[in-house]
Amino acid sequence: MAFVEARDLTKHFVIRRGWFARPTVVRALTGVNLEIERRETLGVVGESGCGKSTLGRCLIRLIEPTSGQVLFDGEDVLALHGEELRSLRRRMQIVFQNPFSSLNPRMTVRDIVAEPLKAHTNMRGSELTARVIELLRQVGLNESHLYRYPREFSGGQAQRIAVARALALNPDFIVLDEPTSALDVSVQATVVNLLEELQAELGLTYLFISHDLSVVQHISNRIAVMYLGEIVEMGNAEEIFHSPMHPYTQALLSATPMVDPETRRERIILEGSVPNPANPPSGCHFHTRCPAAMAFCADEKPPLREINGRLVACHLHE
Amino acid sequence: MQRWLGDIIRRNEARLLEYRRMGRAFRRDVLAVASLIVIIAFALGAIFAPWLTPYPEQGEGEPNLSEKFSPPSPEHPFGTDNLGRDVLARVLYGGRSSLSIGLMVVVIAVAIGTPLGALAGYFGGWVDELIMRVTDMFLAFPPLLLAIAIASALGNSFTNAMLAIAITWWPWYTRLVRAQTLSLREREFVAAARGMGVRTPTIIARHILPNVMTPVLVQATSDIGSAILTGAAMSFIGLGVRPPTADWGAMVSTGRVYFLGQPWFAAFPGLAIFLVTLAFNLLGDGIRDVADPQTRRSVQ
Repeated sequence: MAFVEARDLTKHFVIRRGWFARPTVVRALTGVNLEIERRETLGVVGESGCGKSTLGRCLIRLIEPTSGQVLFDGEDVLALHGEELRSLRRRMQIVFQNPFSSLNPRMTVRDIVAEPLKAHTNMRGSELTARVIELLRQVGLNESHLYRYPREFSGGQAQRIAVARALALNPDFIVLDEPTSALDVSVQATVVNLLEELQAELGLTYLFISHDLSVVQHISNRIAVMYLGEIVEMGNAEEIFHSPMHPYTQALLSATPMVDPETRRERIILEGSVPNPANPPSGCHFHTRCPAAMAFCADEKPPLREINGRLVACHLHE
Repeated sequence: MQRWLGDIIRRNEARLLEYRRMGRAFRRDVLAVASLIVIIAFALGAIFAPWLTPYPEQGEGEPNLSEKFSPPSPEHPFGTDNLGRDVLARVLYGGRSSLSIGLMVVVIAVAIGTPLGALAGYFGGWVDELIMRVTDMFLAFPPLLLAIAIASALGNSFTNAMLAIAITWWPWYTRLVRAQTLSLREREFVAAARGMGVRTPTIIARHILPNVMTPVLVQATSDIGSAILTGAAMSFIGLGVRPPTADWGAMVSTGRVYFLGQPWFAAFPGLAIFLVTLAFNLLGDGIRDVADPQTRRSVQ
């Protein structure tokens, strides 16, 4: 059985509720199924608003899914309450996009990194400080940073603090929600490398969310491509990167700058912007922007099918 | 001992630097510094009144009918009142009741309003509805009228006047804190804490309250001035401090009858109310500017 598993996970946000009108609902996530193996990294890519962050937050139950199931190491996460859920949270953590908003500006680094330890262990005082120093060293910082505030750090350093906090309780699973997107390009690689080293060293399982395919491809074993709250293609990272099957994945990839001119591909420019998720297009959600759309794509929704060991939802591959 | 002290300084180095930065910014704000000096002067005057005036017994209320309505003179710089008491002594003593009413009203209002606002904002739903409807009920009355009603129901005394004003005041803090909490609740560091399994009371205490304290402090400082004004208004209509205890509002009230002939009697306590209220308002503005550089009025 997979380590983390989502079954038919759905999240609808009610954005407007009138007295007489039907509530306006945004379908952030519709029937998502996925499995993540232990020590594996599953990359999730898609444009902003495609539901990838919602997916990550539902998996660790930071937001309540509307329906579906989440299994974590065999436990039904959505069935847990109170203290049971709290103790499960030790094992799953999250790192957000912008460290300056995910770290409380009024707390020192020591207090920030110590927070999960205070919540779950009896460590206090010098023992706690010693553990915080150990964690800071693990992410490439040191004890001279203990009593500083987040704003005194660069983005990359601040993100290391957030990583140290996520590691504090020796979790098994970490949701990385665009952990490098807010950082300068020059430090993105160092943070990604740090995450990879930590994974190898500590046997972590990652869900790596990003809109940048090249970053995801580098760190992930498998990739899930999302469009308007659904997975449209999922499979081995290398394979998807070298031979994308879904027209949306192809478009995403063509937008990624390539260093090697041999692999450079023709740019596929997508027309228009992402449709309103409160009112998604009929049939295949992508047909309005798809360069290969056929007439019946507007009527019939393609199911996610397994083709050559990969999952694709497109009428082109039937 | 020295090592221990050094340790504390090292741990709080970043915080101390922040305070130094704020101190420097504050010192550049002439109006705020002047306001602080005025407030400190009045506070010291109230605390050390018995040693500052040659007539402490008159400040306490002892009449001195032989000298009534003397105009300002070297012996009585502010003149004397209708019972011959030194107005300067009365103003100094009056500061005791006025300043303590202002301070206590705000302390009580913050103590009631802040936790309620944080609860309403953090939990939302029916908790929010319940708390906010109760605050709406209090806000529906004109504040002075409600305070008058409460004070006259409880009976006329210093403590009751203070309680009455505080009861009309706390809903403003509930509103302020709730609005701040609503936006803080959506901040990622709160989501991060929830995701880590930090308990809700800890989240409110560690992440919400410290971050709402700056706007609350600014509001509270300005409000001390308004509370003093309201306290004076209560005493003016006879619902506050009971004579012969000195109070600025009561002095203006009695003095207004003689204003055409003996203007010093009402003018000096009135001036005291004006100065202190203004000083607290300006100090509040100054604190806001220092605490939140984004809203600083002038660009240096």
